[in-house]
This record gives sequence, C-alpha cells and structure tokens, in this order.
Amino acid sequence: MTDLAHIRNFSIIAHIDHGKSTLADRLIQRCGGLEAREMREQVLDSMDIERERGITIKAQTVRLDYQARSGEFYQLNLMDTPGHVDFAYEVSRSLAACEGSILVVDASQGVEAQTLANVYQAIDHNHEVIPVLNKVDLPAAEPERVRQQIEDVIGLDTSHAVLISAKTGLNIDEVLEAIVARLPPPKGNAEAPLKALLVDSWYDAYLGVVILVRVVDGRLKVNQKIRMMATGATREVDRVGVFKPKPTLTGELGPGEMGFITAGIKDISETKVGDTLTEERRLATEPLPGFKPSIPVVFCGLFPVDANDFERLRDSLGKLALNDASFQFEAETSAALGFGFRCGFLGLLHLEIIQERLEREFDLDLITTAPSVVYRVHLTDGSIKELHNPADMPDPVKIDHIEEPWIKATILLPDEYLGGVLQLCTERRGVQIELTYAGSRAMLVYRLPLNEVVFDFYDRLKSISRGYASFDYHIDGYLEGDLVKMAILVNAEAVDALSTIVHRAQSERRGRALCERLKELIPRQLFKIAVQAAIGGRVIARETISALRKDVLAKCYGGDITRKRKLLDKQKEGKKRMRQFGDVEIPQTAFIAALKMGDN
Amino acid sequence: MLQLSATEPGFGIYIHWPFCLSKCPYCDFNSHVREAIDQDRWRDGLLAELDPYAALTSGRTVTSVFFGGGTPSLMPPRTVAAVIERIAARWTLAPDAEITLEANPTSSEAARFQGFRTAGVNRLSLGVQALDDRALGFLGRGHSRAEALGAIALAARSFPRFSFDLIYARPGQDHDTWRRELAEALALGAGHLSLYQLTIEPGTQFHTRFGRGDFSLPEQDAAATLYETTQETLDTAGLPAYEISNHARPGQECRHNLTYWRYGDFLGIGPGAHGRLTLNGVKWATRAHRAPEIWLERVEQAGCGTDPPEPLDPALCLEERLMMGLRLGEGVARARLRAETGHDVEALIEPAALGRLIAGGFLEVTPSHLRSTPAGRQRLNAVLAALVLRPDVVGPNRLATNPRFEDSSGCDS
Repeated sequence: MTDLAHIRNFSIIAHIDHGKSTLADRLIQRCGGLEAREMREQVLDSMDIERERGITIKAQTVRLDYQARSGEFYQLNLMDTPGHVDFAYEVSRSLAACEGSILVVDASQGVEAQTLANVYQAIDHNHEVIPVLNKVDLPAAEPERVRQQIEDVIGLDTSHAVLISAKTGLNIDEVLEAIVARLPPPKGNAEAPLKALLVDSWYDAYLGVVILVRVVDGRLKVNQKIRMMATGATREVDRVGVFKPKPTLTGELGPGEMGFITAGIKDISETKVGDTLTEERRLATEPLPGFKPSIPVVFCGLFPVDANDFERLRDSLGKLALNDASFQFEAETSAALGFGFRCGFLGLLHLEIIQERLEREFDLDLITTAPSVVYRVHLTDGSIKELHNPADMPDPVKIDHIEEPWIKATILLPDEYLGGVLQLCTERRGVQIELTYAGSRAMLVYRLPLNEVVFDFYDRLKSISRGYASFDYHIDGYLEGDLVKMAILVNAEAVDALSTIVHRAQSERRGRALCERLKELIPRQLFKIAVQAAIGGRVIARETISALRKDVLAKCYGGDITRKRKLLDKQKEGKKRMRQFGDVEIPQTAFIAALKMGDN
Repeated sequence: MLQLSATEPGFGIYIHWPFCLSKCPYCDFNSHVREAIDQDRWRDGLLAELDPYAALTSGRTVTSVFFGGGTPSLMPPRTVAAVIERIAARWTLAPDAEITLEANPTSSEAARFQGFRTAGVNRLSLGVQALDDRALGFLGRGHSRAEALGAIALAARSFPRFSFDLIYARPGQDHDTWRRELAEALALGAGHLSLYQLTIEPGTQFHTRFGRGDFSLPEQDAAATLYETTQETLDTAGLPAYEISNHARPGQECRHNLTYWRYGDFLGIGPGAHGRLTLNGVKWATRAHRAPEIWLERVEQAGCGTDPPEPLDPALCLEERLMMGLRLGEGVARARLRAETGHDVEALIEPAALGRLIAGGFLEVTPSHLRSTPAGRQRLNAVLAALVLRPDVVGPNRLATNPRFEDSSGCDS
C-alpha cells in the first residue's frame, strides 16, 4: 500500500488520432511496465476491433511506478478512456475514478468537438487538467496557435502546457513530472470501513469475473468478505492485484489505489458497474454516488441470418449487455426477418461495434435493420407510447401528435467548409444556436433532430469537410414534429425491416435515396423488381430493377461438372443469406447498406 | 453418315493430352508447355491407364472417344492409333462410334490431319476462335486467318464430320462485326459450330489483365444481345443450338458431349481428366492427378493416375444431372430421371420453385422431358440456383462404398 501523497490517478482525454494511446504506450514503456520486446502499439487496447479501428472502447487501467526527479517514488494510475461520443458513459466512469486529466491535443490539428465534450466532463468532475500538445515534431505543427485555441475555446491556462511527441518520446518525462507536481493526490481514510467503486467488470475464461475497482476508503484484501451494496451479494475476495499492464497480484489495495479483484464470481450480473464494495464485517453507511445510467438513443433490430442461431444470439447479447451497461435488448418478431431482438445503443458507432463483436467474438451472422430513435407518440386517448420500432407505429387515426428527440450538437471545422456544413444542418432541420471563430476554425452549435443525425449525418459531415470537421452531441429534450411512417415495398410487398419514421418534409428525399440505393444493391434477378417508398397508400418514390438478361456458363463439359456443381452449391448457400419477398431475394448487404446510406 | 442413336446417353472415353506449344491467355484448362516430351512413355502411360477401367467396364459398348487437351493435334498420329486400337481391344467399340480429336489450325498441325484420319479419327474439332487476324493476336493464338481457312478446307475434305470453335463478345466487337463473322463462318460448310462467349476465368493471363483494366468486355445487356443474335442467325442457317454454346445441323451433334449433358458414363484418361462411372447403382466421380509428370509416374508405378474416386450421393447426382441436362435444347428425359431416382420431376423439385420458373417462362415440363426454354437457357445459372431440390425424396446413398471399384482401381493412395 502506498501513502496517499505518493499516488496520482489520472485519465487521458483526446480526440481520435490525437495520440492518446501512443502516449499511454510511451508512459508504460518509460516506467518499465513492459520490456521493449513486449511493446506493441496500443498495448491497452485489447479488443481486436480497438486495435483495427485505432479507437478505445472499454476503459483500461495501468499502474506505473515512477521515480520523480525529486528522487521520490510515485504510484501513477492511468485510466485509458474512449474518445468517441457514443462512449461518453465509459468516459464518465473513468473520470469518476481519477483526480486529474491530461488533455492531449494534436499540435497540427487543434481542438476537436469530442475533446471539448470530454474536457468539460473532466472539469465537471473537478479534475485538474494538464494540457499536452502532441506531435510537435511534425512540420505542420503550430503549437502556439493551438495553445491560443485551447485558451480561447476551452478556457484553460496553457502557460504550463507540455510540448511532446509521443511517437519519438520527446518530453515524456515532463508529462510525468507535471502529473506528480500538478495533479492532486487522492483523499481517503485507510482506517475507515471499506468503500470501493466498481468501475468495470468482465468475464475472463480463466479467472471468472474480474472486477476493476478504485478504493476510496479502507483496505481491500485477499480473504476479506465483501458485500456489493446495490445487489447485496457477498463474496470472499480471492485475488487482489493491479495491471502493470500485466496482471500482478498485490494482495491488498489501499485508499486512492486502483486495481482488480476476483471473488469466485461466475455470474457477471452480480457485479453492477457503479456499485460500491464494502466489507461484510464493517459495512459503510453510505454508498458512493455511482454513475448516472446511460439511456440508449438509437434502436435497431438484430436478426440471425440462420434462424437456428436465435438462442445463441440471445446468449451472446446477454453476455455483451453485462459488460456494457449502456446496451439494451428485447425479443422482436419481424414478418420479413423472423425472430430477433430490438436493441438499444448510445449511437451509431456503438451499434456498429456491438454488431461487429457479435459477429466476431460469437461467430454470428446478423441482419441489422434501419436504425430508429425513440419517439413519444401522444395518442388521442391522452396516453403516451414510447416507440422504439417503426413497425409498432399505432394507427394514424389514434395519434394526436408525435414528439421526437432533439440534440444539441457542437461542430468544429476549418472555416472553408462552413458553407457546406451550414447547408447540411439546415437540410436536416437544424436550428443554429451559435457560430463563433477561433483563428481559422469555426465552432457551430446547432439543435438538430436526432432522427436526422442517425440517418447519415456523420458520413455527410465527414465528406463535406474532407474529414476535418469534428462533431459531438448530447440529447436535448423532445419536440413535436410532423412525422410519418415510410414503408419500402418490394414488388408491392412491404419489407417491414426497411420501414422508417421520417419527417414529412424529408420523406421524398429519403424515399428516393433509399429506392435508388436498393436498386444498386439488389442484384438483377429472373424477374423484374419494383422498389417503392410509400406513406400510407401513397407511393412517393419508385425504382425498377430490370430482369436479368444473361447469366450462363459458356462452357460446361465432363471435366467441369464437379467444379461447376460446387460453384452452384456455393451460390445456393449464399441464397440462405438472402430473404425472399415474393419472387425477389434481397441480400443481407442491402439491409446493412440501407442502414448506412453512405454518400448521397 | 453417323447417326445419333435415339436419346441414349452412351458411354464415352475422354483422352487428355496436356501439352500446348503456348498457353492461351483465356484458357483455364489443364495445359502445360514442355520443351521435350518422351512420346513413347506418354503413349504407354495413356494405354496403361485404360486397363484398370477396362476391367471394371469390359462388357460395355464404347459409343465415343474424344481426344481433348491441351492440344491433341500435337500428338503423334501413331499414339492416337494405339489408343484407339487399345480401346477396341478392351471394349466393344460401336461400329458407328464417334472419334473426335481437337486440333489447332496451324499449317504444321494440318499436315497430320491425314494421319489422324488413318488412325481412326472420324470427327475433327478445330480451335479457330476468330476469323480476324487482330482478334487472333489478342486471343494469343498461334495461327492466322489464312491458316484457319486452309485447315477448315482440309478438315472438310479429310473427315466425315468436323466442327470449329469461335469466341465472341471480344473487346470492341459489336453486333455488326459479329454478324458478319458468323455469316462467313456459316459459309465454310461445317455441320457443327461451337460459339462461346469470352469469359474471364480465374488463374488465366486475361484474369490479371482484365482485373488491371487493360481491356473491357461487353456488359450484360450487350452480351445478351450478341448471344441472341447468335441464336437467331444459326437458327435461320439450319444449325440451331442443341446446347447453350453448341449448334449443329440435325444429326451433326457431338455425341461424346451429349453423353456429358445427358449425364451418361464416361471415363477420363490422362492428367486432370474427370470421369463419371456407374457401378452397382452408385455414381462415382474420378479425377486423375493434374500435374503431367506426377500423373505419368503414378501410371507407370500403379497402373493408373486417378485420385481415390468419390461416390456421389443421389442428391448430388440429381443436381449434376439437372445442371448438365438443362443446357440441352431437348432437356432432361423424365423416363431416365424416374428410372435412376425412382421419382418423378414433380416430386424431386420443390413445387413452388418449379411453378415460379414455369410461370416465368424459364422451364417447361412436357410428358417426356423437363427442359429449359431459350429464355431459361440464357439465364441458366439463376434458374439452377432457384431450383430447390428435395434431397429428402431422393434418399440416402444406397451403397456407401463400392468394394468392387476400389479393389480393382488399385491406386487410391
């Protein structure tokens, strides 16, 4: 156990690609956590998806042992946090477990929208924030301009900002010295009854459920009987340790320290993130404040390609939900897709990540329906219905009015793209709140219907600004809107999985875009296919996919039989991934792409 | 003149000669270029591989022999003669058996035509591919238009029957130029023409070049128009399509290939050759080793170059039979289907799927046949994929293994 004065707990806040994970790698290397041969990029990102996409999804911790220039030894606990808006909940958990933050800003790019949101969160948690300008070795770096921008936009004092290159290792020691000198040590009482925050938990095939904790008061020891205050479960601790980043057993954690425990828990549902651990013998009187539960804002249906996988999908969703408190699901039936689940997510990236994890980690083939937000349908009888699924839309005659969720969005971008972005926001029914400049960068604050954002807003924003705009949002209440259910018909048969709720003014544009897209995605078949978008009985857009004209092997002789038969078998196998609508088969890719709607 | 005997599938022997002077950029067949070939060893190899098959099928009558490749016109005529003699010695060779040899129309190969005829070949199939020197250059062929015309004339004089191949839907080829080329081809007097759309096969030089964007090919609709033009022109000329890419005057159909499409039995001799053989009610798929030298060593050591034969489930047989039979204008004979599966078409194919294809004008069921319409043949891949078979009706394999085959093949290591 280290005395409080020699502990510093901190997280790193940064926009995607600004170098957070590289800095973490460098700090670990400098403090001797890993031998050079063990270093690989992004050592804290353990999921394949994280490494591939270069993002952090789950929070991770690592303990660093650092001897400061003063000669004294410090225990530094780093919590690596996700940067994307969809994972704001994970960020808030990490921040709650720390006293300070390092704000990493790319010295050539400047402040981005996500940085802003996370810094404000850190300030809300009373964090001391150390500004760090990264990538100062790049020719395009403009540290002075970015320093000024941080002062103007965020309002942070940058006179002590540290200029580094995480890539080359320049000034890494200055970062460590700043952590020791400028971040406050944690507070806590080692003699008081145990109070530890359950920051995260996950299932490990070898260890059972592993719990990530931050001790506030008291001591957490092996063989101690602990109680989880919210669930009431009691367990005996069998391992106590820290990540350095390799798991290392310490037998004990004291106030201010972070680490992991195992307690013979097999069922992860016993470990509720945000819960307080205390000791059975000496119960704490008050639990820690815990976390604000996150509310899913985007919903979609997930259906197994192979109907036999339904139960397996249920189990897999269950496992993911336990590790991800922000994810919800319930069973759903679709005429087109069979049995599946209606799932709630924090945003589109969250949706994509869950879908990918299901396919990868659980080896499931999925069909994903178009995403929808949560509408409040006010019925004529005065009741209110929360609508997660366009298919559940009540009969229009019973509807008095419909409310939809709005967001407050912050967009930061180089001013040369301002015109295009303003136009996009207007197209999407946005209302401007603020337009300010910091140097050549503009900051826009808009109110927008979330419905317009889940559609393809982010992709469009990226393409208009050539990737330079950054975007962040939070939910900002409900407002009445002229909303209608738009159905997609294939050869006059409604494909329930493709129906969406749209604003009347947007319906024609959306309907046309969807029909055009489906025309591209549905391969020509033996029969002609009509794709229509309709509101009520009225067709608002139509495309025709002409019938296949030629599709035959030129040659098939004795020596070709086996090979061609295998090709045919493969083709028939592929048809299992298609859904039949009358004479028409729609490939799964059409559903996924209809969801994304890409570039127009 | 040779007469096509009723609608019996026949029993054919395919002989593969794996060597070419150069590899054509579109060709994905098992062909190899070699500096020197030990002709005696290769002759003995082919002869040796016939024997174990003869032991299995000695009572049967061979209705056709087909020398394919590679380039079998590079074979010494004495080797061709020796193979035909061996077949006649081991089996009953039907008196009207069709014996085809594929030939390239270069002048040096034309010089051997008489030798092939003397050896017993009675049908020549010429790989002309185009009647235009620029197109021949693009296709990487070793002959000129003039040589092709000379070889065609010589074949017409030397053989009772002959055919030649053309490839269409070449880059830049439009409707009119193809029509003119077809008209010229028809004037050359062949009773049989094979007209193939150029397709890009994986592993070929064209595959790389096409992928790189060196040339482009007609899109689906343009290719369909070329195909339809081909059908109309050949119908009018009296050589209707009896198979998707094969056209003949009545009676001039290639009997050997009909055996494939009617899903009859055939032996595959030589490197990479495939066979289908029914023994005690079980259909076996055979395949010889693809690499020429390994095949030859195996034949010399073990008497045959075939990999372990694979018994085909009745469901697979049904799939293959339909895949092949629906390529033919005549279709699949219902009586034979019934005889071999114990069921009628309607029981073997999911009725809803069959109904949709019939209503769409892609298939026809007559009292005697299940067949594809011209529209169905033009889209046969999609038709086959839409045909939902009912393997539950076909039932499991009657014999999981067939000791007789394995005992006598003797080289399934």
